[in-house]
Amino acid sequence: MAKSIQELQDEIIDDFSLFSDWMEKYEYIIDLGKSLPLIDEKYKDEEHLIKGCQSQVWLHADKQGEEVVFTADSDAVITKGIISLLIRVLSNQTPDHIKDADLYFIDKIGLKEHLSPTRSNGLVSMIKQMKLYGLALSQMQTK
Amino acid sequence: MSETILKPDTTFDVEELRKEFPLLSTEMNGHPIVFLDSAASSQKPQVLIDSIDHYYKNLHANVHRGVYQLSQEATHAHEEGRKRIQKFINAGSDKEIIFVRGTTEGINLVASSFGRKYLKEGDEVLISAMEHHSNIVPWQLACEQSGAQIKVIPVNDEGELIMEEFDRLLTEKTKIVSVVHVSNALGTINPVKEIIEKAHAKGVPVLVDGAQSIPHMKVDVQDLDADFYTFSGHKMFGPTGIGILYGKEKWLNEMPPYHGGGEMIKTVTFEKTTYNELPFKFEAGTPDIEGSIGIGVAAEYIEKIGQENIARYEHELLEYATEQLSQIEGLRIVGTAKNKASVVSFLIDGTHPYDVGTILDKLGIAVRTGHHCTQPLMDRFGIPGTVRASFAFYNNKADIDRLVEGVKRAAKMLR
Repeated sequence: MAKSIQELQDEIIDDFSLFSDWMEKYEYIIDLGKSLPLIDEKYKDEEHLIKGCQSQVWLHADKQGEEVVFTADSDAVITKGIISLLIRVLSNQTPDHIKDADLYFIDKIGLKEHLSPTRSNGLVSMIKQMKLYGLALSQMQTK
Repeated sequence: MSETILKPDTTFDVEELRKEFPLLSTEMNGHPIVFLDSAASSQKPQVLIDSIDHYYKNLHANVHRGVYQLSQEATHAHEEGRKRIQKFINAGSDKEIIFVRGTTEGINLVASSFGRKYLKEGDEVLISAMEHHSNIVPWQLACEQSGAQIKVIPVNDEGELIMEEFDRLLTEKTKIVSVVHVSNALGTINPVKEIIEKAHAKGVPVLVDGAQSIPHMKVDVQDLDADFYTFSGHKMFGPTGIGILYGKEKWLNEMPPYHGGGEMIKTVTFEKTTYNELPFKFEAGTPDIEGSIGIGVAAEYIEKIGQENIARYEHELLEYATEQLSQIEGLRIVGTAKNKASVVSFLIDGTHPYDVGTILDKLGIAVRTGHHCTQPLMDRFGIPGTVRASFAFYNNKADIDRLVEGVKRAAKMLR
């Protein structure tokens, strides 16, 4: 069985506890950002764009069986690295679990500042959008 | 402020001046802060902080109309702030100094009030491609109301206004020219005196957005012959929430009020209201008294250091920063005008401004990243934004060295 949202978050928190300073942490995030081909080029269009003031994010959701598969991308590599963590946690989960997810790991690994609305990097809107997909898809299921 | 800071020979001691700004000795992310975002908002000297403290402890009451001594003293301090600004920019009269919330409100006031009186269908408002959104959107609103149109003076690859295009765009349809004195995103100093002269030759008034010029150079509104000149307190070492709109009396008298309310009226009946005289006609409601006192103190502080000293020192900083940053591989400076104020906007190949800004933040270096509220200008250069380091006279070469080190480190991590 696939890991739960909580298990995945705890895994990430464990991973991050190994870093001794911010440099290591950011180098890791930057590596994540660089190494993931996150989204099919055809979804990098206006329709999938979440415009931030600082950086931009593209998000695509695909229902595969009972689960939602998210793919995303950003023009900024740190934003992209954080996206890949969010995808690790929220992708391949059921719509119900996505919409109810409490994303505590961001705070625990010391990246809360990137989710400040004033930072305007598109991440806050992206999480909102992911949860909206969860909500919409879970309602479709119950009908 | 201690007199010893100013040496008799027109140079000044930056290390002594830095001590006057309490925030400059704080830390950010565990590092002594390097503050390179003064173009967004400058830090505050102790003398300003003291003046506001003094005002609230000893002087506060509502201004004008109070018959008691305290109110009269507060009124005196408030009006003294206006007189200090009049002297600071060499306005002809203190009636021409309107207290507003900042440059944005100054431009909105003119766009709205001048627009209602003078703009009609077929007219044109001439702005430039390097305007801040605050000198674009108010005119768009005024044009929506009146049916007038915005025309834009283009910029060249160095980030300078193409003056031949200005000459061509300035026509009998132009009702007002509204241009920025110093570009916040590029640092370009525009030839506003020439613009004003040419516009006046065709009978067209000119508004100058002085938000980025006032902290860096001497501005004489009579010498420029500007019809309107507007700037913000918080960018000139003064408080936030206060700004100045200078307007020639002849225009301000003709223009209808912007906001209605107390203070701006002479008599009110339900049938008809007569308006107060200048400058009060444009100052509805209880003013920002701490702000008017503070901006006056800030102006005197700048004068005491000497605008020529400031301009000379900042030019040195700008040259040093440009030279040092240019040596970083893959770094491109955006905005290379011949005549520049202390702003360096740049990009590093293969990196996004947001990522560079994030790493610099971790290293205790405050810069601005993004489009700097000049999206059309970023579009002109085909870039999403830049990293912008902006200097004030309280920055030193050590700040720039830290920036250069930080940028190198960010580039290494990100590429």
